[in-house]
Amino acid sequence: MNADAVHAAPVRIAEPASWRQEVADRVAAGERFAGLYGRAEIRDDIHGCAVTALLVCGSAVCALETWIAPDDAGELHYPSLTALVPAAFWYERAAHDLSGVIPDGHPRLDPLLLVVDEGAERPRPGHRDPTTSVSGATPPGSADVHGRGMFTIPLGPVRSGVFESVEFLIETRGEDIPHMNIRPHYKHRGIAKQFEGRTTDDGVLIAERVEGIASVAHALAYAHAVEAIAGVRVPSRARLIRVVHAELERIANHLDVAMRLADAAGLAVASSRFGWHKEATMRLVDALCGNRFGRGVIVPGGVAHGPLAHPATVASELRELHGRIRADLILAMKTPSFIDRLRTTGILTPERAVAWAALGPVGRGSGIADDCRWSRPTDGYADVTMPPSQPVRTAGDVMARANVRWDEIDQSAVLAVEALHALGAMQSPDLLTPVDVPTGDAFGLGWAEAPQGEVLYAVHLRDGRIERCLARSPSLHNLAIFHDVFAGDVFTDFAFIEASFGLGYAGAAM
Amino acid sequence: MPWVPRGLRDGKLTTGWPRRPDAYFDEFAAGVTVRHDAPPMSHAEADAAARVCPTGAIGHVDDDDGVRPTLDRGACILCGRCVAAFPQFFARESGAATAGIDRRALVVGGSSGTPEELAGLREALAAKVKHLGRSVHIRHVDAGSDGSDEWEVQALANPVYDLHRLGVFFTASPRHADILLVTGIGTAGMVEPLRRTREAMPDPVVVIATGTDAVSGGLIGRGGYTSGHGIGELLDVDVWVPGAPASPFTLMHAILLAIGRLPARVAAEPRGGDAA
Repeated sequence: MNADAVHAAPVRIAEPASWRQEVADRVAAGERFAGLYGRAEIRDDIHGCAVTALLVCGSAVCALETWIAPDDAGELHYPSLTALVPAAFWYERAAHDLSGVIPDGHPRLDPLLLVVDEGAERPRPGHRDPTTSVSGATPPGSADVHGRGMFTIPLGPVRSGVFESVEFLIETRGEDIPHMNIRPHYKHRGIAKQFEGRTTDDGVLIAERVEGIASVAHALAYAHAVEAIAGVRVPSRARLIRVVHAELERIANHLDVAMRLADAAGLAVASSRFGWHKEATMRLVDALCGNRFGRGVIVPGGVAHGPLAHPATVASELRELHGRIRADLILAMKTPSFIDRLRTTGILTPERAVAWAALGPVGRGSGIADDCRWSRPTDGYADVTMPPSQPVRTAGDVMARANVRWDEIDQSAVLAVEALHALGAMQSPDLLTPVDVPTGDAFGLGWAEAPQGEVLYAVHLRDGRIERCLARSPSLHNLAIFHDVFAGDVFTDFAFIEASFGLGYAGAAM
Repeated sequence: MPWVPRGLRDGKLTTGWPRRPDAYFDEFAAGVTVRHDAPPMSHAEADAAARVCPTGAIGHVDDDDGVRPTLDRGACILCGRCVAAFPQFFARESGAATAGIDRRALVVGGSSGTPEELAGLREALAAKVKHLGRSVHIRHVDAGSDGSDEWEVQALANPVYDLHRLGVFFTASPRHADILLVTGIGTAGMVEPLRRTREAMPDPVVVIATGTDAVSGGLIGRGGYTSGHGIGELLDVDVWVPGAPASPFTLMHAILLAIGRLPARVAAEPRGGDAA
């Protein structure tokens, strides 16, 4: 709950050119570019598209919107933001794919999320009855690096191992990776349209499935947006339950990264141990709520039910589990064959991290000290004893990102244990505040710190139903950075760098 | 190597299932069921129950015995709304064994195939797996999941489940694979990669549709523009595994069901919704 998030509508700037300048000026002045999306909007019977940029400035998130009218050919042109704000690169491609807006001057407007059949309409989120036809054909990949012996290796979409589908087109001479293109469109599920027309209560079911490994964070960000619109305060008991689930989700995700890094280094015992810890964490979540991913707990206004297990029991189990995790992480970071592979691998320099506005552990490994739980606290984070600051490293390599995660596991375990104890001692039984959304148009922003980084939701309601919902996953944002971290790295580093990003491709493909 | 004593420190972590029962297998609520002691249902209640379900998994049969609810586990995403709204009709059911070889048998309270049809399915599956030795290889393909399904499939390799001890392995090459394990709703973009993977596999292939998304499209596949009503439209599915996502124990049960290696003790247990 944050008063800054309550707006009836995004701030509107009529002229696309001045909108572009305003966004660029604010980014130059130090605000963080956090996303961009299109929303089909009819004005004076003209079918245009509203384009909204999201900016984060300290404790506030703000939305700047402009409206694009079709030209004589019926096309929706506007001046591209990417030249001034590089982090908009993928967002403008995504907006082109989904909403059909054309950013003039964009360096590469290839399909990112969606390939439509020749002449087919775009899905146009926000438009009531869209028709579109998704192409099953895959366009040939581009070759950007030319020279003697250069060739392209497609890694994916069917990966070697049990992984989500995504394609990396690696251009190489054989060992080093001078360049790569990333294509997440294979598993595009049309999430934006799935939100539309649903009630605010049903929307949370979709939010939980945008990126299944961060179900809690997505549900929270969505719920915060709806709660901001309705102006409700979540009961304290529910606020603590939310903290417990968010932190357990973080531990499970970071353990997944630990498992994959150990696996990449060939440390079978370490990988098994982390896999065991992750399973134990998921069983704790299951014991608390009956679902291994914490689904079905968070609803707008609070939580659906109280903990199914006694909080004190879960707290003591978690404390023991944390002891085992910690001992294994300490040993891993003393194992030369492990840390040799992490150090100086996949470097994202602090300058590039700022230019890309990197999120979560990827940003914090490169010196960006931003974490929603500290900068823009929600829920019970105001009620528990927060450590003075979030872990930050500056080296920007796999090692730095790993160390950020290991520190976060320690913090999360302490936070969750404290929240569980507070829950056990709490008298008030309230779990849910009724949510009354206004009739007419309403708009709200919500956020939560997922294990992958900041999740940001922009929710437009019309008469109590979702008209357009942007589920901005940190995985989409950070995946764009992925091709910028391979300077001097070779093929065998790929698994380490990919694991250190810790992304969910479902959220990236939307 | 300091990891060697570390690996021995906590003793054996691996479940004894399927040879021995496992408490987590039995306690995990992998499905929603129609209560056996459900009172008579009115038409109004049947309609209201159907409206509560976000994926249309709830229906009803109306015959001489009156109105009885049905619940399609292949469409159920376990949101628990029906259990909260109509506890007299629906309940979470413990037990991870929810997979079946007959799609219709996933509908609790519905009419599954005749015994002859079921025997036919069972024979066809048995014929496919009869030449498999003690080493079975699985190729996994994500056809548009939300990412949680992959976590549960990966978990089969952790020391708690350790699928390898049963002679079942994951393989990178479709040429070496006997089982195609598919997660996700079947998005338009994955149709062709999925088809090519299937084509690269030597026949016969056992196809396992993993999770409600793969069985029916679940919540995300309903009415979306990326198609995705499950992978049944794309492949001949042999084993249907409900769950959102399917838990590791549910998957382990499904894999052993597919290759005909469920011990008699497990296979004989009565399971709601599954006649297999």
